[in-house]
Amino acid sequence: MSFRFGVVVFPGSNCEQDVVYALDYLGYTADYVWHQDHSLAGCDAVILPGGFSYGDYLRCGAIARFSPIMEAVVRFAQDGGPIMGICNGFQVLTEAHLLPGALIRNKGLKFLCREVPLRVEQSVCQWLKPTTQTLRLPINHNEGNYRCDAATLKSLVDNCQVVLRYGAPDCAPGYVPERAPGYVPERASGYVPERASERVSERVAGGAPGSMPSSASDAAGLAGAAGTAEVAPNGALDNIAGICNREGNVFGLMPHPERVCDGISGNSDGIVFFETIAQRLCAV
Amino acid sequence: MRKYNLYITAKKGIFDPAGATAQSALDNLGFAGVNSVKIGKLIELETADEVNTDMVETMCKKLLANPIIEDFRIEEVQ
Amino acid sequence: MSQDAPDLIDQSAIPAPVAEGIESLEPELARELAVQLGLKPEEFDNVVRVQGRLPSLTELYIYSLMWSEHCSYKHSKKQLRKFTSSGTGVLQGPGENAGVISVGDGWAVAFKMESHNHPSAIEPFEGAATGVGGIIRDIFTMGARPIACLDSLRFGTLDKPRQRYLFDGAVAGIGAYGNCLGVPTVGGEVYFEQAYEGNCLINAMAVGLMRESELTRAVGSGPGNHVVLLGSSTGRDGIGGASVLASQEFDEAAEDKRPAVQVGDPFEEKLLIEVCLELLKQGKFVALGDLGAAGLTSSASEMASRGGVGIDIDVHQVPQREDGMQAFEIMVSESQERMLAVVEPADWPDVQAVCERWDVTCTIIGTITDTGRFVVRDSRLPASADIVADMPAEMLAASAPEYDPISRRPTYLDELQNYDLSVLLSTPPRIPPTLARYAGLNASAEPSKVAESTAAAESDKIAKTGAAFSPTSPSSSLAVCARALLASPNICSRAWIWQQYDHQVMNNTVILPGADAAVLRIGDTGRGQMSRRGIAMSTDCNGRYCYLDPYRGAQLALAEATRNLACVGAEPAAITDCLNFGNPEKPEVFYTFERAVSGLADACEFFGIPVISGNVSFYNESFGNAIYPTPAIGIVGTLEDVAQAVGLGFKQAGDVVLLIGETNAELGGSEYLKLFYDVVAGCPPALDLEVEAAVQAAVREGGQHGLLASAHDCSEGGLFVTLAECCIAGNLGASVVLDDNLDAVFSLFAESASRIVVSSSPEQVDKLLDILAKYEVPYAVLGEVGGSLLSIDADGRVETGVTGDATNTTTIATAGDTASAAQLEIPLDELHRLYNDSLAQAMGA
Repeated sequence: MSFRFGVVVFPGSNCEQDVVYALDYLGYTADYVWHQDHSLAGCDAVILPGGFSYGDYLRCGAIARFSPIMEAVVRFAQDGGPIMGICNGFQVLTEAHLLPGALIRNKGLKFLCREVPLRVEQSVCQWLKPTTQTLRLPINHNEGNYRCDAATLKSLVDNCQVVLRYGAPDCAPGYVPERAPGYVPERASGYVPERASERVSERVAGGAPGSMPSSASDAAGLAGAAGTAEVAPNGALDNIAGICNREGNVFGLMPHPERVCDGISGNSDGIVFFETIAQRLCAV
Repeated sequence: MRKYNLYITAKKGIFDPAGATAQSALDNLGFAGVNSVKIGKLIELETADEVNTDMVETMCKKLLANPIIEDFRIEEVQ
Repeated sequence: MSQDAPDLIDQSAIPAPVAEGIESLEPELARELAVQLGLKPEEFDNVVRVQGRLPSLTELYIYSLMWSEHCSYKHSKKQLRKFTSSGTGVLQGPGENAGVISVGDGWAVAFKMESHNHPSAIEPFEGAATGVGGIIRDIFTMGARPIACLDSLRFGTLDKPRQRYLFDGAVAGIGAYGNCLGVPTVGGEVYFEQAYEGNCLINAMAVGLMRESELTRAVGSGPGNHVVLLGSSTGRDGIGGASVLASQEFDEAAEDKRPAVQVGDPFEEKLLIEVCLELLKQGKFVALGDLGAAGLTSSASEMASRGGVGIDIDVHQVPQREDGMQAFEIMVSESQERMLAVVEPADWPDVQAVCERWDVTCTIIGTITDTGRFVVRDSRLPASADIVADMPAEMLAASAPEYDPISRRPTYLDELQNYDLSVLLSTPPRIPPTLARYAGLNASAEPSKVAESTAAAESDKIAKTGAAFSPTSPSSSLAVCARALLASPNICSRAWIWQQYDHQVMNNTVILPGADAAVLRIGDTGRGQMSRRGIAMSTDCNGRYCYLDPYRGAQLALAEATRNLACVGAEPAAITDCLNFGNPEKPEVFYTFERAVSGLADACEFFGIPVISGNVSFYNESFGNAIYPTPAIGIVGTLEDVAQAVGLGFKQAGDVVLLIGETNAELGGSEYLKLFYDVVAGCPPALDLEVEAAVQAAVREGGQHGLLASAHDCSEGGLFVTLAECCIAGNLGASVVLDDNLDAVFSLFAESASRIVVSSSPEQVDKLLDILAKYEVPYAVLGEVGGSLLSIDADGRVETGVTGDATNTTTIATAGDTASAAQLEIPLDELHRLYNDSLAQAMGA
């Protein structure tokens, strides 16, 4: 079954071509969607890419959320369509209230561009295989410091909406692509992906609050504990690097998976998100 | 013509990295007794006469400030 | 010194004026103003000759800018002719906004490096940011999509708060601009040296990619065509920037010149890139140029003079962001993010449509004419008197003065070159206290205990006294020196810098910053064709070497640049340069310039590498002291297949470690001398270009045949630092013996040229040795990769007191009577700590 990704271009987006390239490289169809368009007709999944929409001068994502296309994005989300916001796209999603919380300036006041280890949490997110445990992905931002109030954090944790946390210090790239075109990563080792699309749907189907007591309480423990070690390079609350909405279809993350798909820099961990959602779209 | 000054600051309880950094820099420079530094922004609006404070407040809520992380205060300049 | 302006004005070549009765200045006022604007009296006389009358106010401003050092290269032009700028593959040499080379399969690369030193010394964030913005405009002006930035930076030492402020601000500014644009900053270099304390250097290089067929030039043509201004509005920012800041020395008054510094808007530039590339692709621009130094004046007049046409501009049409701007202010403003295009009237609606789509302002501000005159009018004035300037377009640039400054060999050169290093080296080395503190080093510790010796009491003691070593305990001396070198701000990891830059956007970065050269895959990510081909880039210059010997120093800079490319497996294609010097009107300064240019030109000729673009930055002085001569080189090379690119880190335990090239007993101009003796003296490392070329060819061939697991060149800090970096990058230890018949201090820390450390698997190494034999290059098998220690036996077979060549004889490590005397063992985690944490530490983290 054929499906199509739509990649939204705001003025100042600068990672849209990277996302399209990565999808193209993985064999999927992707098209640019202009911010002044009003429709997402024909798109089966939508990606809001990284960059500096409107220069991010007022606040990151603050102006982009009022683009005409965002009305369509909100409707798409409400209809259960899969949406991924990467970096600036994540910021746009929070400004548009499609995801809770906000992203403020990094703790050290420095822009951060480097590869970080991430822990994959048990979540309702439709963009990630449950079997993946750790990933190494590049971050690239000045405002990636996730913030929300205590009630929101509790609800994120209780509803299994925390998707990625900074951490797992020594992990190597954890994802081996199912196909191995072009440049095969040399460093990847350890994780062999299960063909687990059934398990994804199973878990998402049963992903109501409370259905995963062990992971939820683990996460709640982390969030509640004042002594949680901060490993987030940007100072993010509870080390949060990515969250999704309650339904799991809208997903925002600060790291850039599109940068590590073809393995030219020795890492292919970014593939997992696109492959997971593609498998879902195929299964529909 | 009316003029408004809008003061946007980090919401109480929201971490302000710029303020925290400035505070520690002041401390390092030997300025004792600075208990808190908050850094925000000032937005100066010049509007037509019919733009009243309520409308400016709506602008703040909708675009100019993010109520999740920011407080704002509107001051009409005479 | 007296210089006569050449009276070469051929009156008959000047096209007839368009205007009648233009309002000239009164003679006395004109002369006085000319001096204030930086024109020499004889230059003013030439203005009058070219104009055939006294100039108007606007004309005088325009001449003063066009004939400033920054715009006219009047002191350097003659020297620059020494460079070869043509060759196979060169599609565009100097004279355009950037040089362009072919890189295979129909791909072309445009690149150029430019200085933004003076603005950055006043306001580092905006100075550096607008430096990046300016050089990027030069690239997309040529029709190329900017794909990479590199930055060559120099500051004073980081123990000074002002220097930390400048460095921090410049790095943030470079990041803020490039990151927002989505152009990766993939490489560069930085040195901290007293000589740059009053005058930092910010040299930004940008590289762009296009199809060969997309090459565009800023050549105005077609009388009747519209002259169109795109981008930001025009304000008073930067007025007089080029002449005020870049064409005279720096002094107390510099702080007052703050208003001349421009503020960048990277978002506007991002939109301009998309608009211009889209319109170029559609063929809607007859010509395109950016507004840089001297603003509208220089881009409009150059466009006209290159095309042999006239141009007629109405300043009233220029969108202005401030009230009451006079004609001359609009003409010379250096407001950023503006482009000038020539558009055929039929294409104007299409241009407007694309600009509207991207929300970019575009305005017709004038017309191309066939008069050969550069005419400025102000339609706010009555029609009969609206022309405020009327100048011959071609002569405006072509008749700029050209000088042949006096050159005199500075006396310091002989003094420093003949400096007796052996006396110095027989005294104990001394670790700078701050460095000792943050590196956690102390004088007496055994190597194994050094890591833990961070106790406050120790630190205090070191801080007060400095750490000194007895020459009679060379083992601990070498061990501590080695550690201190690794933590030196001039050597330690630059990750603190490049992690503030987006170095991966566009998905083509194959070899990340921190290696010998950055490697990018060639491809139009997400828009068009991709390929397996690659380009490699590096910037290089050791100012100390150039200070001690400008000719050899410049050659060493090129040697290192090409060597860096060889390490990653790339073939050098062309260079750009940014020649940073002091006041050329001082004969001693001019001598260093002349010699550096000769050295670079000769070395380029030897390697067959053209110089396709560049920039000269003079007057880098503060309070009468010139910076070190700093001819920074930006090099671009090509790789057939990026999968062949070689990294610097050791890869596999058991691999054989080899040193290709030879170490000599030379420490002149070394980091070792500077760091531990606070001396910059001696001769820079010897350079034999034949050997250099052979070493590079051998390593390149080894890489292309897949025989190299790693390759890394030896430079500042010597072989020890190179080996440590290979270990750190690969997170693997190594065990090596330096059996070179040299005193350990030379084996470890000499900065001899033409050396590359490689590792190769035991199965491949024989094939590699065959290649080395073919090129007849000297090499030594040093040892093996593996373990969690860098273990170096630097004693070799040195007898007590036996040393290198006569001139550099020293006895520092004389106690070589036991094998352990020059044995270094440093655990990997300590290497990581010393190397990776030190820059942040030096910045006060």
